[in-house]
Amino acid sequence: MSPEMLIGAALALPLLAALLVVVFRNQPNLREASTGVIGVATLMCVVALWPLVTSGAAPTLVLVDELLPGVPLAFEVEPLGLLYALVAAGLWPITGMYAAGYMRGHHEKHQTRFFVCFALAIFAALGIAFAENLGTFFLFYEVLTLSTYPLVTHHQTAEARRAGRVYLGILIGTSICFLLLAIAWTGHMAGTLEFRAGGILQGHIAEASVPLLLALFAYGCGKAALMPLHRWLPNAMVAPTPVSALLHAVAVVKAGVFGILKIVVYVFGLDLLTSTEGSVWLMWVASFTIVMGSLVAFTKDNLKARLAYSTIAQLAYIVLGAALATPDGIVGGGLHIATHAVGKITLFFCAGAILVGAHKKNISDMDGLGRTMPFTMGAFLIGSLSIIGLPPMGGSWSKWFLALGAADEHAIFIAILMLSSLLNIGYLIPIPVRGFFFAPKPSHGHEDEHGDDPHDAHREVAADPVGPSQWRPARWPTLREAPLLCVIPLCVTAAGCVALFFFARQFVDLLRPIVGALGGPG
Amino acid sequence: MIANLWHYGLVVVLMMTGLYIVIAKRNYVKKMMGLAIFQTSVIMLYVTMGKVTGGTPPIFVQNDDGTLTEGIVYSNPLPMVLMLTAIVVGVATMAVGLALVVRIKEAYGTVEDDLVTELNREDEARRHLSAAAQPIKESKS
Amino acid sequence: MTLDQLPVLVILIPLLTAPLIVLIRTPAVVRLMAIAAAAASAFCAAMLVARVGEPISYHMGGWTPGIGIELRATKASAFVLALVTGIATVALLLGTRGTRLDVRGTSDRSDATGGQRSREHLYYAAFLTCLVGLCGMVITGDAFNVFVFLEISSLSTYALVAMGPRRRAFSAAFNYLVLGTIGGTFVLIGIGLLYQMTGTLNGPAISARIQEIGDPRTLHVAFGFLFVGFAIKLAVFPLHQWLPNAYAESPSAVSSFLAGTATKVIYFQLIRMCLVVFGADYVFGTLHFGSILGPLSLLGMFAGSLAAIYQLSLKRLLAYSSIGQVGYLTLALSLGTEDGLYAGLLHLGAHGVTKTGLFLLASVIIAHVGTDRLASLNGLGKRMPLVAFLFVVGGIGLIGVPGTAGFVSKWALLQAALAGDHLFLAGAILVSSLLAVMYVWRVVEVMYFREPPERAPLRPGYDWGALAPAGLLLGLSIAVGLYSEPICVYMRSAAAQLFAGGGAP
Repeated sequence: MSPEMLIGAALALPLLAALLVVVFRNQPNLREASTGVIGVATLMCVVALWPLVTSGAAPTLVLVDELLPGVPLAFEVEPLGLLYALVAAGLWPITGMYAAGYMRGHHEKHQTRFFVCFALAIFAALGIAFAENLGTFFLFYEVLTLSTYPLVTHHQTAEARRAGRVYLGILIGTSICFLLLAIAWTGHMAGTLEFRAGGILQGHIAEASVPLLLALFAYGCGKAALMPLHRWLPNAMVAPTPVSALLHAVAVVKAGVFGILKIVVYVFGLDLLTSTEGSVWLMWVASFTIVMGSLVAFTKDNLKARLAYSTIAQLAYIVLGAALATPDGIVGGGLHIATHAVGKITLFFCAGAILVGAHKKNISDMDGLGRTMPFTMGAFLIGSLSIIGLPPMGGSWSKWFLALGAADEHAIFIAILMLSSLLNIGYLIPIPVRGFFFAPKPSHGHEDEHGDDPHDAHREVAADPVGPSQWRPARWPTLREAPLLCVIPLCVTAAGCVALFFFARQFVDLLRPIVGALGGPG
Repeated sequence: MIANLWHYGLVVVLMMTGLYIVIAKRNYVKKMMGLAIFQTSVIMLYVTMGKVTGGTPPIFVQNDDGTLTEGIVYSNPLPMVLMLTAIVVGVATMAVGLALVVRIKEAYGTVEDDLVTELNREDEARRHLSAAAQPIKESKS
Repeated sequence: MTLDQLPVLVILIPLLTAPLIVLIRTPAVVRLMAIAAAAASAFCAAMLVARVGEPISYHMGGWTPGIGIELRATKASAFVLALVTGIATVALLLGTRGTRLDVRGTSDRSDATGGQRSREHLYYAAFLTCLVGLCGMVITGDAFNVFVFLEISSLSTYALVAMGPRRRAFSAAFNYLVLGTIGGTFVLIGIGLLYQMTGTLNGPAISARIQEIGDPRTLHVAFGFLFVGFAIKLAVFPLHQWLPNAYAESPSAVSSFLAGTATKVIYFQLIRMCLVVFGADYVFGTLHFGSILGPLSLLGMFAGSLAAIYQLSLKRLLAYSSIGQVGYLTLALSLGTEDGLYAGLLHLGAHGVTKTGLFLLASVIIAHVGTDRLASLNGLGKRMPLVAFLFVVGGIGLIGVPGTAGFVSKWALLQAALAGDHLFLAGAILVSSLLAVMYVWRVVEVMYFREPPERAPLRPGYDWGALAPAGLLLGLSIAVGLYSEPICVYMRSAAAQLFAGGGAP
């Protein structure tokens, strides 16, 4: 297939999936299978684009000559976009599989609408990834917002409606008020909206306007959840867990930070930002968001809420990478899109699996859950380690490059990265620790037969030198994992966290051309 | 100068009288009267516009042999012709307006603006409050 | 040969059909006649759009301009004509196939006054007369003719509004009549003063004379009268009181038609008055008209949209939204640049198409649910999924989400504001779109998130007479949103032509 056809196919397949879901609305198995098959096909299309991009080509597809005067509806595959497309297309079939298990296990209604909107969201995400200019980017950005709105409000309760209002209000509000204004302003100054290597604003913008325009872009991409416009993300937690996974890991939030990265690289250009220092304020805002997000995460007992604030903090890493505007920072930010996506989706899958399998939402209730759901809790541990950034997990590489990017001029931010990693340990690790090492609380759930004092159990489990086989019949309850369709995906993504550590090199090589030479080792 | 412009004064007085009546009177028939006076003032404006000092009515003056007499100043006929149309428009407006007043009287039993507004408000309140009781059909006036 | 007659055919066909309809009276026949006349007129207008390059000047009765009346088809006026006649055709389709027209006196039951015979023919006659007035206003090049056609359309509009299903239609029509007549008369005064200063009624000729006579005070007064007159008819912010009642109380087909055309035609008059008759230099340079119209537009944008958020019924909500949208139109004009004019013309088309589509949907809803109270629309997404979906499409068009025509025009407006270094205006435009999000989403929430009432009968089947046109219009909005090149090129040249004084010879 020609490159144009590959791009076209990658965009058309999710639409086809949406159509098939409608066609097969009365045959759930066929419906979910079609999503899965097409998801894999989409992923293969995107993967097939990889060698083209690494060979230096820029496959382009022009769909409409003029979306707006002088602005075509066009797609161009460049490294950053390919990376984001890979993340979106790669996690789609996995999330689809997980969603099938979750939605059935949880007996959700309106599953057809759910899968249609899901496919549309992936379509929009791929459109964002491949957008050749700001106009196309904005078009798909809005499609993404609108197609995920029914997902967020899936339960149609009063709470969902309120959350939907906040979601739509902040995302549409910021995109119309800030992003559109910034795009129009850019078009007015630069005379073009094209994403071009080295930026389009160099020499067209007054130095004093750089921070203002950057602010319009950074807050305009409201999906990046930069504080203080982060409220929509915790609110969107009312959605079913696969949606949260999609929102937080795959499509929505990554669309925001991806937008910021792409705009910094291809609209401003690194030289412009470093020479005018117009992005220094953004580094501080991002750092503030990193620290505050982590601190707030501490206070949340609801697992999904804790993960939401963790996401806010992690997104700010990527924004920080963009704001640093150094080659290493950009590569680190780009890499973090992938590593955080895989890590966070694992955590969300686990949260959903715990909800389906054990009907628990709050962390304080999860004591001893590792005994009944060892796979889930194990995956959770791996995901946490990746988010924290410990080898041998993928997350360690992105933090490494971010630190390198900050080392030259803004070394203070390395300290912030360190502090944040400590905070991450503080709010993530207790969860698997509780799961594996604490005895279940007697008042909760099915482990009532224990009946012993939790401290007793704790001491026993922690100190018992004998293998589990000796006391298992009495104390170790049988496995009560979530449905298999839920457990397999989370094991896959957990494996992905590890794999990313060993294959990070390929991603770095992919991203390297967009920023020129790199300071550190790959 | 001012003495030459006295007719404008007349026009302005008529115009303001008409507008005042339209705005201040609450009775619909009186409003229509005000509207008529207002429109008449404009007709006056146009007609005075067509007047040329020392001009004769715009009908060709012929000599006995049938040729046109030279050097005669005619008034401008165009504004008056325009006003024929404007008068027709005014009459039509009056007809539609008064017909509406008749229908309002039939439907509301009054032609006083305050009362009609009050009744409208009641209609609206009933329409929105009785929602639960009668979800479907609305009675036609 | 016939092609040369296109400008006059556009108004002549409905003008001759209207009296015929009154004579024939048979409902089934007159319905077809009205649709055929509007469609023929629309066809002529479309032909004009295709043919017009340099302005086409048509001399009525063969008299040269100055003595006789001239019809002028410029690119812009041909477009507005096509929009108006097209929307009229679409709105007339409402009520053809099994639709219940909510027009007083047309239903099979006798109305309050006990009239036994159907008076449907009067509705169609008034409709076509209104179309004649609107088209005539657009195409005539004669100032007094503008007034005559304005009154033709206004008078028939009063009658049409009064045909609304509730008694409140009468008082709405009466208030509209009083305000509309004041507006029309103001226009007449302005035209008179212009004539007094220039001695001619032909648009371009007036313009040429104004260049010569300088800046006398009478001209200021004439401009003031004309502006206030048009502002009343256009529902510019503080003079908008008539609009919500008139739109909300009139029959559905009429509100669909008026919402898409009436204010648009008047807006076009305002443009021509500023650019063709008085000239951009005089209006925006000497009179600083932009600094009056701009703030009024901003107020209108915010007040209209804010009021729309608090409405309890669908048509009223859409009507207030129109006031807000008129604010965009006048804001575009107030920039006083070619870019602004271009944006204004684009928005004229985009909003006309979108709002008509939405009103048509409202009429489908009224036909099936029996009312347009928002509280009765609970759960409409389940009961009428297609209608609800189309409403969302139209709603995002109003907001100006990319991929709709509304975005194309909003983009042009933003660019125009930025080109004039009005960063503040650009921000205000965007903030006011947020208000649009709010009022559109209020309806969406009602339709999709409230449970449908338990025993709410619903007229079964879809009313394709209204739904198909609505789908067509909203589809057009999406098509333009995705492929705007032809329309943008056309509007760009139309704006250039107007800005150069309407292509004055």
